[in-house]
Amino acid sequence: MMRSGVLRLILVRLAVAVPLLLVISFGVFSLVHMAPGDPVRALLGTRPSDPETLAALRERYHLDDPLVVQYGKWLGQVLQGDLGRSINGNRLVLSSIKERAGVTIYLLLVSTAIVLAAGIALGMLAAFRRGGRLDRFVVMFGVFGISSPAFVTGIFLLYVFGVVLGWFPTFGAGRGFLDRFWHLTLPSLALALSIMAIVVKITRASMIEVMDRDYVAFARARGVSTTRITLSYILRNALIPVVTAGGIIVIGFLANAIYVEVTFALPGLGSLIVDSVQRRDIPLIQGTTLVLACFVVLVNLLVDVIYTLIDPRIRFSRVES
Amino acid sequence: MTAIASVTTSQPLPLLRVRDLTISAGGHAITTGTNLELARGETIAIVGESGSGKSLTAKAIARLLPPAVTAAGSISYDGQDLMALPEREMRQIRGRRLSMMLQDPFTMLNPLMKSGLHIAEMLRDRPEFRDRTAMNAEVARRLGEVGITDPDVAERMPFQLSGGMSQRVAMAAALARDPELLIADEPSTALDVTTQAEIIALLKRVQKKRGMSLILITHNLRLAFSTCDRIYVMYAGSLLEVGSARAVEDDPFHPYTLGLLLSEPPAEKRVARLIAIRGQVPRADEVAGRCTFADRCDWAKDKCRAGMPPLIEQAPGRFGACIRRNEIAAEMRDLRGAALETATVALSAPPSDKPLLRAANIVKEYSGRSGTVVRALKGVSIEIGPGESVGLVGESGSGKTTLGRTLVGLETPTSGAIEIAGIGASKFSAMSAVDRTATRRTIQMVFQDPYSTLNPRHSVRRSLTEALRTIGRFTKAERDARVAELLREVSLPESYAERRPSSLSGGERQRVSIARSLAVNPKILVCDEPVSALDVSVQAQILNLFKRLQQELGLSYLFITHDLAVVRQVADRIYVLYLGEIVEQGSAEEVIARPKHPYTQRLISSIPR
Repeated sequence: MMRSGVLRLILVRLAVAVPLLLVISFGVFSLVHMAPGDPVRALLGTRPSDPETLAALRERYHLDDPLVVQYGKWLGQVLQGDLGRSINGNRLVLSSIKERAGVTIYLLLVSTAIVLAAGIALGMLAAFRRGGRLDRFVVMFGVFGISSPAFVTGIFLLYVFGVVLGWFPTFGAGRGFLDRFWHLTLPSLALALSIMAIVVKITRASMIEVMDRDYVAFARARGVSTTRITLSYILRNALIPVVTAGGIIVIGFLANAIYVEVTFALPGLGSLIVDSVQRRDIPLIQGTTLVLACFVVLVNLLVDVIYTLIDPRIRFSRVES
Repeated sequence: MTAIASVTTSQPLPLLRVRDLTISAGGHAITTGTNLELARGETIAIVGESGSGKSLTAKAIARLLPPAVTAAGSISYDGQDLMALPEREMRQIRGRRLSMMLQDPFTMLNPLMKSGLHIAEMLRDRPEFRDRTAMNAEVARRLGEVGITDPDVAERMPFQLSGGMSQRVAMAAALARDPELLIADEPSTALDVTTQAEIIALLKRVQKKRGMSLILITHNLRLAFSTCDRIYVMYAGSLLEVGSARAVEDDPFHPYTLGLLLSEPPAEKRVARLIAIRGQVPRADEVAGRCTFADRCDWAKDKCRAGMPPLIEQAPGRFGACIRRNEIAAEMRDLRGAALETATVALSAPPSDKPLLRAANIVKEYSGRSGTVVRALKGVSIEIGPGESVGLVGESGSGKTTLGRTLVGLETPTSGAIEIAGIGASKFSAMSAVDRTATRRTIQMVFQDPYSTLNPRHSVRRSLTEALRTIGRFTKAERDARVAELLREVSLPESYAERRPSSLSGGERQRVSIARSLAVNPKILVCDEPVSALDVSVQAQILNLFKRLQQELGLSYLFITHDLAVVRQVADRIYVLYLGEIVEQGSAEEVIARPKHPYTQRLISSIPR
């Protein structure tokens, strides 16, 4: 009954996600029409405007059909994995994205790991030393991190650890797992620092709240070991709001990844977006935006599922007493 | 050496001996020099009202005080000084040698852990329970000890359990390592009356069977008398009286203990006026260095305020902290005797044929989870005559609050008819503005929690004039005169008009909220548990206020409560509501003396005697 409950929840959330994705895809689709001037011109970019190319573009994007039909046909192609070809270089948008996604995913994973490990640890530490010097330092450090933009933190890290100390490379993504890790340490750190304060603050606040709860006092009164109280009683209950904030955190990462990738000259999705916007490469903008939007929706879905897994109150239905 | 001492002295060494325990927070004293002793297998009660320091004393014994609170003195447990133990060693003592359970069953268990695990985690370090089957069997056996026979309960999450069930699981968890001493901090207060009696009986049974010592922390003197061997009465941080339960009940040595006994409304009869203790419970540091009770005591003399009277042995095994004990003993006994002999008072109003309020077949449904319909009220009919006081008795979930809110128009019934002073008032939103105003002037409500029903930012004057505004325009002079009159009616000084709720005690706040509901000169007051959030000594004052107001203003009451003794004091007639249905009705005297429905019988047998 429990497993089917989770399954049902996933299905319900997916059903909610579908209309959301449709709205997003419509927004992405309309980019062509929102660009100033004739859509054909926008799609033409810097290519020579000979009649043949123009006709091919009209044909490719069904620009002569009514808007709804255009959208339907475009969506049909997208669903088959055809995101069109970029204007510059005439490459498949999908393969550009595939090529670039690896770096960004790696960056996100490493940053998430740093944020969760360090953020939760610092939050716990601050909560246990509530009001003390360490607590104030951690909170101040977090505020400092969140109030300086990721690219500023990035340049700072680059200067100190890359240029002055020379411990880490200053650009590029590296090849192979370890080399890539070495290359991506500073960018991940910059990204993590920009968001860490949220995790620290939420963890700290919810730890402090949970520590005052009756069930913690009752566990102490029965002589339950400190380790068990910290992990099973305090941390497990305190993490629920942290997981809820997980969606916001990953989305915050995506926004900041754009700056970080540019700062560290990393060939990821963020720098791909910046490039495509600079070159007014509309198919490429459409493709990357759509992929990122889907990613955000999926992350939120994942957070919801994790949330139900760790909080049984949602899984079980309440028994009337 | 301790072994020799216990052989040579006739008295065996007590299991627990607390000497000069002083608890303080931020430089303020919370308790002063508490001495306490507990023998093996003995049951004692620490009785006190809010702010007496009883709970913190219990926490100090288990060394579980909150970080900002400190304790000094000595706590000797089986010859070992607990105060000197490092926290690491104290952890070995907790659970194994002394254990503690808290008040609120709904917050005591880890919400993310199955209830059985709370017991299993305590047994894990024992090799014989390594095996899963053996462990499950042991958990089932432990649950059986606290009266849970359904093996499925171990697999449930805490939020799936009722209050009584959670409290049982918590008890089994607290006892899992077989401690010699259990401290139970108000273990039954948050529960329904019938469940309360069950939990206390269970606690007592388990204590006897195990030969365990028990410290019961409670505000309820009757409960303490019926459960414990000896009683410690605590007030504003100091012990005022210690003695065996029987002796204290028969002949209290301290005026405060007597006051508490007299304040408790008797369930078996109705008295004209309860003998209330005046004033309110002070903070411990406000009354330091003198008799803490002197300001509220009718026998206080200057010498009571000259210094703090010590707790001295005034009879074998009886300790009291009243220096005038010998002078006033006879007067105290007379007062007690007079109170016991007070005759039952007749009905406050003769039943009339034309009711002021009539509710017929009220049904209230809520939509629950996934489309199910919850029926809170299943066709309830009640009537209230002019000047009549009616009690509505039921436990949580019976629908009694829903009915009260429906009558004053805070909820709309799903079906059924309400008529108030001849005006149909089933659906407030469908009434004409004139009718609605008229009805609001007829019926008003007093809520349970005086802390949340007054706007903390408004002065008392503003709260009262705001209520006046609903019935028309008044000049400033008229308004001021009415505010002064209202404060006088509820026995508050006029200067209170400028106060804000934060500077008022619970009893004073409840007086202000009563004054507010009286502002429009209503004919009926619906009072939802109006005294259950108050201390016993204050509760009697408010009940007396309700009685006086009824006589002076000719009010009708609908008194919603779970407490039969309270309802006995104010109600002429009683309706017993059980699971959304009226299961019994009749005169208060008749229903309490000869209950017919099994639920009412259970309710009455649950009153501690």
